[in-house]
Amino acid sequence: MTTVAQAILNGMMTGMLIAIPALGLTAIFAVLRYVNFAIGAYATVGAFAAWYVNTRLGLGVFPSAIVAFAAGGFVGLVAEQTALARLRPSGALAVAIASIAVNLILENLIRFIFGNDLQGFDLPIARDWRFAGLRLGPQQVQTAAIAIAIMAAVFLFLRFTRFGKAMRAVADNPDLGRLLGMDPSRIAMITVVLGAGLAGVGGVLLGLDTAIDPMTGSRLLLSIFAAAVLGGLGSIPGAVVGAVMIGIGEELAVLVLPATYRSAVGFATILLILSLRPAGILGERNI
Amino acid sequence: MLSYLIFTLTLGGIYGLLALSLNLIWGGVGMVNLGLAGFFAVGAYVSALVSIAGMPLPLAMLLACVIGAMAGVIATFATIRLRGDYLAIVTLGFAEVVRMVALNERWLTRGSDGVSGIPAPFRAELGINGFNMFYLGLVSIIVLAVFLTMRRLDGSPFGRVLKAIREDQELATFAGKYVTRFKMQTFALSAAIAGLAGALYGHFQTYISPDHFQPLITIYIFLAVTAGGVGRPLGGLAGAYLVVFFLEATRFLGELFPGLQPGQVAAVREILVGVALLGVLHLRPQGILPEHIAPAPKTETTP
Repeated sequence: MTTVAQAILNGMMTGMLIAIPALGLTAIFAVLRYVNFAIGAYATVGAFAAWYVNTRLGLGVFPSAIVAFAAGGFVGLVAEQTALARLRPSGALAVAIASIAVNLILENLIRFIFGNDLQGFDLPIARDWRFAGLRLGPQQVQTAAIAIAIMAAVFLFLRFTRFGKAMRAVADNPDLGRLLGMDPSRIAMITVVLGAGLAGVGGVLLGLDTAIDPMTGSRLLLSIFAAAVLGGLGSIPGAVVGAVMIGIGEELAVLVLPATYRSAVGFATILLILSLRPAGILGERNI
Repeated sequence: MLSYLIFTLTLGGIYGLLALSLNLIWGGVGMVNLGLAGFFAVGAYVSALVSIAGMPLPLAMLLACVIGAMAGVIATFATIRLRGDYLAIVTLGFAEVVRMVALNERWLTRGSDGVSGIPAPFRAELGINGFNMFYLGLVSIIVLAVFLTMRRLDGSPFGRVLKAIREDQELATFAGKYVTRFKMQTFALSAAIAGLAGALYGHFQTYISPDHFQPLITIYIFLAVTAGGVGRPLGGLAGAYLVVFFLEATRFLGELFPGLQPGQVAAVREILVGVALLGVLHLRPQGILPEHIAPAPKTETTP
């Protein structure tokens, strides 16, 4: 019983972290209508940027996460403007394929600079808290708190700021947005910075308790996609709900399956949800 | 040197089959299969394992095609009615799961150690060089046969329905075509060809492991098909040979830049592949050998 409760607790914690890059993926899909496979590399870029300022400059978790957002967002914007934006008229699949090429290039740039070795963060070691037979690490709580703060910030941004409202309007009806004088390319750029930046933060939050390497983001890709598809591709609240469910599902599955099959849960979920309810739990485009 | 050339041409043929497989599904119906490496792996493992168990090679390869097609149907029946994005995600996941199974089910696939001692036809009788020549011939004949079938398919009523689906799915439905069934048949056929490529690869290398089926192979084949020309079998085939030569040529990159670590050389090669794919998509999306689109027949109306 305790092991199940512990798995659910851990799953919720991991799920909240998966939610951050899943939000990034789903926001880009909602506004630009293509699936960005480079989200994995953006997460790796963020993780490595944060690792660099953490181990070389001694920055703490929170400032490192901000650096990760900036690095992910910047690289995402550069990739979008140089490699992806011009392909949009050729259709969503052409952009998606180009994003795979971007993923490959970024991943190997990181490998070229930092090598293939695992890199660990410089963090104080703290004893786990225990209550009612359950364990919880202070680090887990801190990253989950950061994740919740980011989610709150994203909701507030979309709800109350001019750009947030414009993004929702364009996601809902691009033609109407244009008619009302919204500049589609500017909104696209802001969305990409937000989406890629979120992926960058997600990369560092997920990389904190283990070590990171150039494949970190690509390995997370299946869980991120599963979260977004489960919640409904393009739905912001859906990405959060989907991510928490995927997190719990993965933790429960490794109770009965070998741990190496963890990300197969994501695949099985995608297949199941697409057979039964393709629009996801909360429906597509409910940004 | 000659044996190196023979090896490269054989690999080119095997990649050529993968390119024909991708071209059939992508150029034909406009669906994207990001799990090509997975179907390639399924074919390789099936044919290797059943032939080690004693099944004659032609039957083993046929079984690889059948299981490949079945895997294709299982992996896609959930998504085939949905937007192409979903199929891309599912097939990507499929390839990952295949690799996971190959790594973890040691009783079947011997995990990361890989399967060795895969029977190579007539190797004992012909010797190493003779076998390599014979196998190049075998692969080339199979590639030619599949290529001619694809060319034939392209002009057949079946092929025309596929292109109609690619251009306008609603219109094809409206014309009374059962779109889902056509898509499924095409995906199954495409997966079967990828499985056949895998089988040929296994019996050529005589050793396979999960490392041989990295997602990178899928990107190579995308580069081959886009560079050659999506929608034209000859384009994809030519693109595959080009990509293999490109990959082999960049193997010597390390000698040009002696300061680089081996890991860095590998990274540069993969960056070049990514840049080449982006370059083709931007500069020549129709490829070197663009698809012929026959002009609509003149209608007999008097001006």
